[in-house]
Amino acid sequence: MADLTTNFLGIQSPNPFWLASAPPTDKAYNVERAFEAGWGGVVWKTLGVNPPVVNVNGPRYSSKLSNERRVIGFNNIELISDRSFETNIREIEQVKKNWPDRVIIGSAMFPMEEKYWLELIPEMEKAGVDGFELNFGCPHGMSERGMGSAVGQVPEYVRLCTEFCKKATSLPVIVKLTPNVTNVVPIAEAALEGKADAVSLINTINSIMGVDLDTFNMYPNTGGMGSHGGYCGEAVKPIALNMVAEIARNKKTSGLPISGIGGISSWKDAVEFITLGSTTVQVCTAAMVYGFRIVDELKSGLSGFLDEKGIASVNDLVGRAVPSVTDWKNLNLNHIDKAVIDQDACIKCGRCHIACEDTSHQAITKEKDGVRFFEVIEEECVGCNLCVSVCPVENCITMVAQTEGVDLRTGKPIVNTHSDWTTHPNNPAKVS
Amino acid sequence: MRTNDNVVIHPQSDSTLSAKQLEDNFADIHPPLTDTTVGIEADRCYYCYDAPCTAACPTSIDIPLFIRQIYTKDTSGAAKTILDSNIMGGMCARVCPTENLCEGDCVRNTHEDKPVAIGLLQRYATDSVQSTGKQLFERQADTGKKIAVVGAGPAGMACAHQLSMLGNSVTVFEDKNKAGGLNEYGIAAYKTVDDFAQKEIQYIMDLGGIEIKTGMALGRDLTLGNLQKDFDAVFLAVGLAGVRALDLENECADGIQDAVDYISVLRQSDDLKNLSVGDNVVVIGGGMTAIDIAVQSKRLGAKRVAIIYRRGPDEMGASDVERKFAQTNGVDIHFWSKISQIVTNNNAVSEIVIEETKLAEGELKGTGKMHTMQTDSLFKAVGQLLDNEVDGINQLQCDRAKIVVDINRRTSSEGVWAGGDCIDNGYDLVVAAVEDGKIAARDIHQSING
Ligand SMILES: Cc1cc2nc3c(=O)[nH]c(=O)nc-3n(C[C@H](O)[C@H](O)[C@H](O)COP(=O)(O)OP(=O)(O)OC[C@H]3O[C@@H](n4cnc5c(N)ncnc54)[C@H](O)[C@@H]3O)c2cc1C
Ligand SMILES: Cc1cc2nc3c(=O)[nH]c(=O)nc-3n(C[C@H](O)[C@H](O)[C@H](O)COP(=O)(O)O)c2cc1C
Ligand code: SF4
Repeated sequence: MADLTTNFLGIQSPNPFWLASAPPTDKAYNVERAFEAGWGGVVWKTLGVNPPVVNVNGPRYSSKLSNERRVIGFNNIELISDRSFETNIREIEQVKKNWPDRVIIGSAMFPMEEKYWLELIPEMEKAGVDGFELNFGCPHGMSERGMGSAVGQVPEYVRLCTEFCKKATSLPVIVKLTPNVTNVVPIAEAALEGKADAVSLINTINSIMGVDLDTFNMYPNTGGMGSHGGYCGEAVKPIALNMVAEIARNKKTSGLPISGIGGISSWKDAVEFITLGSTTVQVCTAAMVYGFRIVDELKSGLSGFLDEKGIASVNDLVGRAVPSVTDWKNLNLNHIDKAVIDQDACIKCGRCHIACEDTSHQAITKEKDGVRFFEVIEEECVGCNLCVSVCPVENCITMVAQTEGVDLRTGKPIVNTHSDWTTHPNNPAKVS
Repeated sequence: MRTNDNVVIHPQSDSTLSAKQLEDNFADIHPPLTDTTVGIEADRCYYCYDAPCTAACPTSIDIPLFIRQIYTKDTSGAAKTILDSNIMGGMCARVCPTENLCEGDCVRNTHEDKPVAIGLLQRYATDSVQSTGKQLFERQADTGKKIAVVGAGPAGMACAHQLSMLGNSVTVFEDKNKAGGLNEYGIAAYKTVDDFAQKEIQYIMDLGGIEIKTGMALGRDLTLGNLQKDFDAVFLAVGLAGVRALDLENECADGIQDAVDYISVLRQSDDLKNLSVGDNVVVIGGGMTAIDIAVQSKRLGAKRVAIIYRRGPDEMGASDVERKFAQTNGVDIHFWSKISQIVTNNNAVSEIVIEETKLAEGELKGTGKMHTMQTDSLFKAVGQLLDNEVDGINQLQCDRAKIVVDINRRTSSEGVWAGGDCIDNGYDLVVAAVEDGKIAARDIHQSING
């Protein structure tokens, strides 16, 4: 059995699966249930200063569903904890006593004045948290009050607030980043400059779920008026993965530990986050949709995967895929792939044909000898992968690397040397 | 030889089933999809390019498009897509042997052996407009032209609808006192419940421009010559009013009747409790009619029902699915068997003699092996025939008891078109009759409006 324990910033966790700061970690009752179910840790629902915030009494959540009503994306306008600071502290203390082997991270969002941090962070530390997560990500409501993503979007504020927190505690401090920025890297760098021990990402993405077509009111709304929410769940995973990888491969931040968040709903998602540089992963939406029991699938899938690959521990997996991420300009322009359709697997739906015909390179036939027949025309195929992307049968169309002979499309010989945009003759800024 | 509404039912024992049992036995055999299941089923469609299902539909409904419209909750758009190609898309959704048509060619069969439920999806869409009566069609400007349609079955009504849409006025002459043809009088009761045939006719009539004159038969009340004189064109859609005979002695004995006659009484019955059914029912034939009379007899309470068919399962006119449906309903199918003698007692059938058959050098032969079967009710379902003695039809070129037409459904006589079961369209199905009506209508419109 592979070793699922993780050491993140010196904090030991029986497995890398933490619940993200959100409704699943709102109070003692939920967190106790989560630990009973087997979660390695939680980031407690974000604490704020007194008096506590208030939430709307209309819909806080809404979802993007598949036709089978599976939740693909999820949106919320919930604020941080709407319970008093003291209540939260009391409960954290109690739960930590009951579950000493599990991780409790205290999430904080205070105004940008040092005094709040110096006063409240030590209170949380006394309650027994293992570390802190600074919520610079909440994109709705709190940001209008100069907190959450309003801080997280300005590198200077991020650095400043991180410094306030570091001054108040010797425990590890994780800075939680917002994806609502054009480039997440400078923000991570600012956190590092403020002496953050780690970053976690992503928080939710600004979103409007839709419009009620009878009333022409945006949806979800509270009595007719709505406000943008934060988007999360499966749909945001690719965006989150990219941001994690950008930080992991950026020179300045490459050593900075990461707790990966965003759309994780299966062990495979978790492995992807880990291989792109995360040491732990956090889950919110999947737990909100299916309940805490999904941790069983996460743990068994991850451990089965490690066993199958002969990898001893989660730690050995961290960052394994990072070296494969690079800038476009470094991609090998000599490499040639062509699509190949497995005729035995082909069900003859014709989707590859019409996709390639209408929108790509007219490289798939539709008939042969008067009958439906879909085959790649090598002379036209540019290897774009569109056909693979639209084919309903797994592994029916594959991209096959061409290693010898001539590229029938260009008539040029296939060479096994590397050549990229940096030296390409068409590049006005090429290095010679 | 024409059938009429008042067929005499021969004395048989009354059904022993309770009203509740009868109600269950004759309820919809394919209950409709719900608002929930329809989304899941629609999601299964791959939206194939140049889709094989569409190619397999005799009316070429754009199936991937209508399923996508259902998926995006544009249900009336979906209905429009269907009805544009097939105005009886609602009936077809219920009665088409989809396993041999659209669903048979669904690409999902390749890997999982479970096609998209196209028939049920089609029904969902068409029912949604049928139930609200929302009219999706508009008539074009009046052409001033008049067309006579003979027969108000699927072919006749589809033709009338298309012609009226194109701006022509149509008079439909129908022998019986209700329109609908076999949709009303022939299709198995549990395939089209709740008077659906009449609702569909009503939807077609709501377009306007069509008048149906019932109780008017070509050959009895009308002549083809007069129709040609009084109208700009004539469309014959008389179906197959004749019934093939067994050519056996005692064929007219009590207890023996044409399956279609009995089904028509069943379909028109207000209370199935009043129908009598035999104890030992034997059906001669291998097509859809044989299956239908056998299963309906069983569901009416017959103790034993056997189908006697000359050839093997592969040669049956009925599809695999229908054959299995009969068998799971407790009908015994005797393949490679033919009836060779009818034994009577007091002029009523009491027993039949069956001879086994086999193929010898490509020809069907009796083997001489005989056995008998106790029989108190014998149904003939050996095929319907064109009644080509009818005045007018007897002047047309016919081949193997079908009216000969060209690809536009023109007959040998100038100004006379024909379609449906009375021509050889290769199917003898509702959907094919609708296609004939549609094609003929377009050709008629073009030819009379220059
Ligand atoms: C028992 C049975 C079950 C069937 N089940 C199915 C099924 O499940 N699915 C399927 O797709 N198909 C089925 N069929 C076949 C289908 O019903 C026919 O193919 C279809 O009805 C043909 O349509 P039509 O308009 O050509 O003829 P019909 O439906 O027969 O209509 C002809 C009309 O013309 C009228 N008529 C006849 N002679 C005259 C005259 N001289 N003057 C005026 N009017 C006249 C008739 O009264 C009738 O209304 C079944 C047929 C039978 C017999
Ligand atoms: C209803 C809801 C409330 C949330 N509240 C908080 C919060 O108080 N503090 C915080 O840091 N993140 C909060 N988040 C963001 C989540 O912690 C997480 O970053 C985000 O949902 C992405 O992960 P997921 O795709 O697994 O849901 C909230 C998310 C949801 C759905
Ligand atoms: S890889 Fe692109 S160009 Fe090649 S066949 Fe597929 S869709 Fe067409």
